Amino acid sequence: MSRSIKKGPYIDPKLLKKITAMNRSGEKKVLKTWARSSTISPEFVGHTLAIHNGNKFIPVYISENMVGHKLGEFSPTRTFRGHSGRLTARPTALK
Amino acid sequence: MARIAGVDLPKNKRVEVALTYIFGIGRSSARKILASTGVSPDTRVHKLTEEEVTLLRSKIESDHKVEGSLRGEIAMNIKRLMDIGCYRGLRHRRGLPVRGQRTSTNARTRKGPRRTIGAKRKK
Repeated sequence: MSRSIKKGPYIDPKLLKKITAMNRSGEKKVLKTWARSSTISPEFVGHTLAIHNGNKFIPVYISENMVGHKLGEFSPTRTFRGHSGRLTARPTALK
Repeated sequence: MARIAGVDLPKNKRVEVALTYIFGIGRSSARKILASTGVSPDTRVHKLTEEEVTLLRSKIESDHKVEGSLRGEIAMNIKRLMDIGCYRGLRHRRGLPVRGQRTSTNARTRKGPRRTIGAKRKK
């Protein structure tokens, strides 16, 4: 079920505060954040955020197209290294 | 012979059903089109008058995105997801289910036919 429109999008208040401050002063630096559930608002465009994936921070440059998505969508939490026996291309038939 | 949006409509079907042969029009939007143009949904396609066909054609062209342009829009949406590098885009790239379905079993629609990897057997 999607979020009620009445409430508006969830944007992490602390993060938004930091970013508006950065916009006002015009400085740019990478912000570390854990707020994966925060929606990307238009103010974020042009900044680079380091989004936590549970292990480390993934730097993500926020572009125009990303507005409306959640921060967590850009910081994958799983590492898939392939299945076992995949590299040994077709093991020869054993008796 | 009625040709709307580059698609030949089947002659002997009711218009309500025949319109659904156009990509982007299902039963619901077919009914809406017919109601707004005042064409009876029960007429067979070959019994449609010329005026009715042009009426339907102009209605579909003005209010509905169908066929090529709709396919293009869908492809663009998917391409956008892939370009911004979000999770859904990554799933599209790998040809895996996008909406959180299980992949341990099933998911054959996205993954295609099974490719068995030789199971390790002991001697």
